Amino acid sequence: MKETKKWDTRKTDYHERMNAAAPYIRNGKVVASGDTIKVLEAVIRPFDRVNIEGNNQKQADFLANCLVKCDTKRIHDLHMVQSAVPLAVHLDMFDVGIAKKLDFAFGGPMAARVATAIKEGKLELGAIHTYLELFARYFMDLTPRVSLICAYEGDASGNLYTGFNTEDTPAIAEATKFRQGIVIAQVNKLVDKISRVDIPGDWVDMVIESPKPFFLEPLFTRDPGGITDTQVLMAMMAIKGIYAEYGVKRVNHGLGFNTAAIELLLPTYGEELGLKGKICTEFALNPHPTMIPAIESGWVKSIHCFGGELGMQKYCEARGDVFFLGPDGTMRSNRAFSQTAGHYAVDMFIGGTLQIDKYGNSSTATANRVAGFGGAPNMGCDAKGRRHSTEAWLKCGAEFTSQSEYLGTMPRGKRLVVQMAETFGEKMVPLFVNELDACKLAKNANLPLPPIMIYADDLTHILTEEGIAFLHKCRGLEERMAAIRGVAGLTEVGLPAKPSETRALREKGIIKTVDDLGIDISRANRSLLAAKNIRELVDWSGGLYDPPARFRNW
Amino acid sequence: MGKQLKELNFEFKAETPKDFPVGFLHYGVVGSGDMEVIMEKKALNGAVNIKVVTPVTGFDEVWRRVLERFVSETGISNASLEINDCNATPVVVSLRLRQALSEIG
Repeated sequence: MKETKKWDTRKTDYHERMNAAAPYIRNGKVVASGDTIKVLEAVIRPFDRVNIEGNNQKQADFLANCLVKCDTKRIHDLHMVQSAVPLAVHLDMFDVGIAKKLDFAFGGPMAARVATAIKEGKLELGAIHTYLELFARYFMDLTPRVSLICAYEGDASGNLYTGFNTEDTPAIAEATKFRQGIVIAQVNKLVDKISRVDIPGDWVDMVIESPKPFFLEPLFTRDPGGITDTQVLMAMMAIKGIYAEYGVKRVNHGLGFNTAAIELLLPTYGEELGLKGKICTEFALNPHPTMIPAIESGWVKSIHCFGGELGMQKYCEARGDVFFLGPDGTMRSNRAFSQTAGHYAVDMFIGGTLQIDKYGNSSTATANRVAGFGGAPNMGCDAKGRRHSTEAWLKCGAEFTSQSEYLGTMPRGKRLVVQMAETFGEKMVPLFVNELDACKLAKNANLPLPPIMIYADDLTHILTEEGIAFLHKCRGLEERMAAIRGVAGLTEVGLPAKPSETRALREKGIIKTVDDLGIDISRANRSLLAAKNIRELVDWSGGLYDPPARFRNW
Repeated sequence: MGKQLKELNFEFKAETPKDFPVGFLHYGVVGSGDMEVIMEKKALNGAVNIKVVTPVTGFDEVWRRVLERFVSETGISNASLEINDCNATPVVVSLRLRQALSEIG
C-alpha cells in the first residue's frame, strides 16, 4: 500500500534552523565573528552529524574553537564526521561532551588522545577510513547535517575562494548542501569580489570572517639536510631496481625522507642512468619542495595535488605547465579528485611504514595510538576497477605468479605497491615484527579489526637496506614469508632466515641485494642529492619557493 | 657528565680470507647516528679483531651478527678494527664498514 507521508521534512527542518539563525545573518550571508557561537547554537541540534573541515593540511580552526565553547545543554552528543582530528580542540569536543561519536580518516598528532578517549568511554568510534572512503560515505550513510568549512576569501553571497588549499571543501559542501544541510564557512577575508569561485554561493549559508587566518600545517616539507647516506642508498636501489626495471611513469610518493631522497636523486643518479622521460613523468602528489630540482630539470610533465603546501604557492603558479591552475592563475588542489587519480591512474605507490609483519601486512598504528590511514590505502592497493594499461602495470601483472590461479591464462596488470624502510628505525625500533602493534591496539581500543595500512595481498615489493623483495613473484605464502625474512635484517622476523634459502630466492630474482643491482655502495652519499638543504631548494626555484620560518635555518 | 661508554670485543675468521690490503684506514665521523672505523693491518693468523666503543647497551648480539656478516661477506682477514659508535643503527654500521673497504678497492 502506498504510504502517505511528508517528503520534505529535511527542507522544513533546514528552514527552521535557518530561521533561528536569521537574527545574526546580515548583509546577505555575513555573520559577525562575535556571533559565531550563537549561530552554531541556533543551527546545530543534539546528536547531529557535523563536519568540521580539516585534513592533514588546512583547518577550520576558528569554527572548531567556537563549537567547543557552545552550551552543552543545547549542543551535545554530536556525531563528528571529518577527515582528520589533528588539533587539540577536535578531542576537547569529546572531553566536554559536545561530541560523542567519531568517523574519521587521519589522527595525526592527536592519535594518542583518540585512543585514550575511546578507552575512557568519551568517544565512540564509528570507523577509521581512508579519505576517499569517508567522502564516499558522505554521499551514502554519513551525510553531514551541518558542515563548518574554511576558505581564503568569501563574499556576501557566499561565494568562496579556496584556491591553492581547496583540498576537501568541494566534497564536503556538495554532500551537505544537496541534502538540505547547512554550510557555514570561515574565511580569512571578506571581499567584494573574490579571486575565483571555487565554491558557488548557492552552496553556502553563512560566511564569517575569522579573527585569524586558518591554520596550515607544512606536512610535506622535508629538509634535505635530514636525509642520511642510508636513505641515499635505498633511493638508488629504488630508482635502479624498481622505477627503471618497470618503467614507472605515473607515481604517488608518501611523505617522508625516503621518497624525498628519491625525488632529489632524479636529476643526478636518475639522469646518469638515462631515465629522464622514461620514469616519473606524472604524479598525484602534494607540492613537495623536494620535487623542485626534478621539475626544474624537466623531468615532470604533470602534478595534480591533494592539497597545498605552505611556501610553494608562487612556485606552483609560475610552473603552469606542470601544476593545475585556475583561470585566475592560482593553483587548485582537490583531495577527492587527486585521491581518485592516485587510486586509478598511478602505476606505483611507494611509501614508508612503522611496522611490517612476517606475512607482509603493514601498519602505522602502535598499541596506544589510533593513527588513521589518510590516503595511503587507496594508492597502496591494486585498484580492482582499473581497465587501462601501462607498461609498468602490465609487467607487474605478468610477474604476478598467483594471478593464474584465479584468471587462468587471462592477462591482467597489477599496481606496484612498495614499502620502503630501514630494518631498524630511530632508537632501534624494529620495522619487522611477528605481530603488529595494530593487533594490540584493536584489543585496547575495542576495534572490530586491527587497522592495517596496506594488506599483504596488495603489497608487491619491500625495499630495505638489505635488498628488494619482489613479493608478487612468489608462489604461495611460504615463499612470500621467506622473501620477507630475506630482507628483514636482524629483526625478529629476519633472524630465522636461512642463508641457503635467501640465496635461492636471489637466484630466482625474488630478492635483489645492492650487489645484485650493480650499485656501487661507495656512491651512497649525500653529495649525490640535487639539493642538500632548504636553501638549495630555494636556489633551484629561482627564489619562488618561500619556506616557512621554521625551515629557514640560514 | 657524558653517558657511560661500553666496550665490546669480537674476533672472527672468514671462510675465504682476503688479506687487508693497506696498512691503515680511517673512515666515517662520530656524528649522531653515525660511527667511525679505524682499520689496521695486523698478523692475526687470518683472524679479525674488532673493538666497539658504544653508548648503546643491550644490543651485543646485534653487533656480533652485523660484524660477523661483514667479515664473512668481505673475507677481511689479518686486521684489527676499532669502531667508535654514536648510536648508529645496524644499517649504518654495515654501510660504513662496506664503504670503508670500498675506499681501498
